[in-house]
Amino acid sequence: MPERPEKSTIEIRHVSKVFGSGENAVIALDDVSLDIRENEFFTLLGPSGCGKTTLLRLIAGFSYPTEGEIKLYGQDIAPLPPYKRPVNTVFQSYALFPHMSVGENIAFGLEMLGRPKSAIRTRVEEMLALVRMEHLRDRKTAQISGGQQQRVALARALAPQPKVLLLDEPLSALDYKLRKDMQIELKRLQHETGITFIFVTHDQEEALTMSDRLAVMSSGRILQIGNPRQIYDRPAERFVADFIGETNFLTAEVTGLANGKAEVALPGGAKIHALLTEDRELNGAVSVVVRPEHAEIVSNANGADLKGRLANIVYFGTDTLYHVVLETGETFIVRRQNSRKSVDEFSEGTAVGIILADGSAQILRD
Amino acid sequence: MARSRHAFDVRHQSGFPTIALTCFFLLYLPIATLVVYAFNSGTSIATWEGLSLRWFQAAWNNDKVIDASLRSIQIATCAAVIATAVATMAAIATTRTRPYRGLNAKYAFINMPLMVPEIVVAVALLIFFSRIKVATGYSGLGYLIAAHTAFCIPFAYLPIRARLETMDLSLETAAADLYASPWQAFRRVTLPLLWPGILAGLMLAFVISLDDVVITEFVKSGGQDTLPTYMLGQLRRVVTPEMNAISTVFLLLSIAIVTIFFFVSRKRS
Repeated sequence: MPERPEKSTIEIRHVSKVFGSGENAVIALDDVSLDIRENEFFTLLGPSGCGKTTLLRLIAGFSYPTEGEIKLYGQDIAPLPPYKRPVNTVFQSYALFPHMSVGENIAFGLEMLGRPKSAIRTRVEEMLALVRMEHLRDRKTAQISGGQQQRVALARALAPQPKVLLLDEPLSALDYKLRKDMQIELKRLQHETGITFIFVTHDQEEALTMSDRLAVMSSGRILQIGNPRQIYDRPAERFVADFIGETNFLTAEVTGLANGKAEVALPGGAKIHALLTEDRELNGAVSVVVRPEHAEIVSNANGADLKGRLANIVYFGTDTLYHVVLETGETFIVRRQNSRKSVDEFSEGTAVGIILADGSAQILRD
Repeated sequence: MARSRHAFDVRHQSGFPTIALTCFFLLYLPIATLVVYAFNSGTSIATWEGLSLRWFQAAWNNDKVIDASLRSIQIATCAAVIATAVATMAAIATTRTRPYRGLNAKYAFINMPLMVPEIVVAVALLIFFSRIKVATGYSGLGYLIAAHTAFCIPFAYLPIRARLETMDLSLETAAADLYASPWQAFRRVTLPLLWPGILAGLMLAFVISLDDVVITEFVKSGGQDTLPTYMLGQLRRVVTPEMNAISTVFLLLSIAIVTIFFFVSRKRS
């Protein structure tokens, strides 16, 4: 298939949002720019208070940006009220209308759009089938379970065939098992409807498993945008590396630069090649990040990249974590997958070495 | 000393049963006596002479009683409906907004009739309305309806505001998200959910208006007796169990309204 430029559904240009004024002003979003592509499952990930929900509410129209443009297929929608935007939301609390049945909830948006009665009836049946709730059409929303309410909220938001579906931490109220099922369900719905999904969550695992691309946010700014692999394997900043998954941070000295890689000297003196997020001048001390599963633990410390003493072995079922105290006093964690064949070749308190595979280390933007 | 989960339980204090029973007797014994003597066959409200419905019949056949009752209901209905409509708008205006300086003053302003002594309002209205009467020549029920509406507003306002404050705001947001204009969102989502509060406000306002003596007594023109002012007038002359009979019907009506409200609000929430 020939390469074609990806079409943007949503373009966010230099959007800022300030709450309050004067001394009490709070900057919720600080000059955020972002492109969300057509039919993409895009996630806004960050801790609470990072601005992800504020950004979602700006796209939905529940509040208006202090500065900047929000374009939907090229049209600036920032000044439009929510009921004039072809965008629907699944709320964290679901916000189902308690005085209406499941079917009436799903029909609500279509009725407001003035669709003919027969078309509404057909569409409601379709949506009930899509979320597998046909048998509960006439129930009141208080009479169904949390998981079922979640499906109704999805069906209600999808029924008017919005250009973009916004999901505000919709899975946070569900228990673990149900959440896993709904993650798969959401991916299926997105695939079947072909609608662009913008998903807000603080759960990094959810973000990695579900997204086509994600933006990591902190303090009202976007720190990094990429697909889950790029974000996990090549975090650009300490916050991103720290927020997503477990990470080892090392301080290293840059000794040379070549082909987008840097040669750095580790605390023990060993030299390795580390990846850069962008080409730039580097010298002196840098922070290097290594994921625990990208390192290997060996019993023979000779020739290893890092040397230390094995302080702790934590068995996790699927993997084992080895906590190694390096000569510098820092703790470095190595994750190893368990198999039937693995034997406990290491014991706590012994000297071990750590080997870093080529490309496993990444230099952080400071 | 872990006698009770609560540090202080009023039921375990000495004298509690005595005080409680005394209060119940003081509250309900006079009412019970009043109801019992409504069925007295004699003309005394203190000496029992036998069971009879003659005083209910007498009240029913008394044109003045019927006339005053109908006027009371007419005024209460008009005042309650207008007060509830105004209170609903006021409640929405004061809850569906960001808190701002002066909002508390606004609450106080709306609830003013609860705080100002009724006699002050009565005198003020008497003077105010008499000037209007002179100027316009109009002397109908409008004055009483206007006065009742004014003091009913806070009673209607309080339950409606309470209901609005507990309502999930994201429901209105969801309606707007699903293409409902502000008016559609109000009519399809806010209003149906607010209905129990509005009904409570309406009934409370109705009962309050029905019951009023002081303001009515001052504001009414000649021949505009309501049931309470009629009864007050009668008490100055001969007291017969007819008063008891009217009061009993009045009491049953109030109980009926409160009971209906209780079931309606329980069913809705």
